[in-house]
Amino acid sequence: MRAYVPAYQLISPASLAEALDVLSQDHGVWKPFAGGTDLMVLLEAGKLPHRNYVNIWNLKELRGIEVAEDHITLGALTTYTEIQEHPILREEFPMLCQAARETGGIAIQNRGTLGGNIINASPAADSPPALLAYDAELELISKSGARRIPYSKFHTGYKQMDMRPEELLRAIRLPRVKQPISHYYRKVGTRKAQAISKVCFAGVAKVDDGRLSHIRIALGSVAPIPLRCRQTEAALLNQKLDERLIKMGIDSLAAEISPIDDIRSSRDYRLRVSQNLLQDFLQHLAS
Amino acid sequence: MSGRVEINCIVNEQRRTIHAYPMERLLDVLRTQLQLTGTKEGCGEGECGACTVIIDGRIVNSCLVPIAQVEGTSIKTIEGIAPSETQLHHVQQAFIEHGGAQCGICTPGMIVAAVDLLEKNPHPSEAEIRNGLAGNLCRCTGYMKIFESVVRACER
Repeated sequence: MRAYVPAYQLISPASLAEALDVLSQDHGVWKPFAGGTDLMVLLEAGKLPHRNYVNIWNLKELRGIEVAEDHITLGALTTYTEIQEHPILREEFPMLCQAARETGGIAIQNRGTLGGNIINASPAADSPPALLAYDAELELISKSGARRIPYSKFHTGYKQMDMRPEELLRAIRLPRVKQPISHYYRKVGTRKAQAISKVCFAGVAKVDDGRLSHIRIALGSVAPIPLRCRQTEAALLNQKLDERLIKMGIDSLAAEISPIDDIRSSRDYRLRVSQNLLQDFLQHLAS
Repeated sequence: MSGRVEINCIVNEQRRTIHAYPMERLLDVLRTQLQLTGTKEGCGEGECGACTVIIDGRIVNSCLVPIAQVEGTSIKTIEGIAPSETQLHHVQQAFIEHGGAQCGICTPGMIVAAVDLLEKNPHPSEAEIRNGLAGNLCRCTGYMKIFESVVRACER
């Protein structure tokens, strides 16, 4: 059943400072509202239990992509469209651009934000695996100051985050990679546009003298959180890239992920596809 | 509970002042308050594109936009696509001539998405047209006539 709209508050502070003031009041009464592409779906379905929102969509302090010598900072409200249009992101962080291109359709990409994708905390979201593989950091801000944490430590359980109610995600920071690396991103869904992933895979690696001198792997929709696969990375790092190692990698991955049966796919399918994607990634590197 | 708020925006080049609850959907305000019923509701969850409108030069699903977020923006709906009362936009004309419209529910969204695509990219490839319309569902035409209408509109 549709929600009763007058029951919902959506206030629009004029500045970041004002928004942080509101969030600091009454512990957890107010929550941020960005592009609305997730929250409005819940509202329409009558499944939005929280009632009081702070409209952050117009806060310019949360917008913009800044390029520095050793990192790129994306404001939390950077949209999927803005990600795809940015020439340096396209060059250096192609998996993030691909994730942005494969999320929703254009109308969603114009409203959906990178920060919203993170804070909505769906394990099936498409940008988190890319952000994990790129070793992103998050900048959280509150009235009492700012702090940075590695994105790989942010999701602590299903829809649980290392974040206090008075905090707001201000920006996402991506370390720039100086050396050439291989990027491999695959979203597996029922159709190309709009679909929510059955499995989403992001990997970066470098091969030197037949050995994996660098590797990061992250998957979506295979665990309660977007998962950085550290055990599998450790099993592969500095090893000679051959068939034996690929077999070891896919066995390790099976032990590390915990896919489930749900409306979009089955545990067995997700496990098999995750392993196939890792195998394909490693075979690409080997060839 | 919230009260109604005043929202000022431009709709199809006219200044409008709207009084609405802040979480009301732009789609509902357009259809019920402003009587702009050309914009359709399909799924109500951002999957089908029937409610597509343009805000500040970017297409959006109006079912996913709370009215509080359109303050100060310029909105264009299907009613604002034709250049005048007597002349259709060439995309609209192409949909008529090439059978791009059947039951009509997806048509306004398809046309708004196609117009936006051609404004940004006047000579799209086939793949770019498919991507441009990927957020819009049609349950009648099988898409080929819609696709052909957009291809023909590019030739004008």
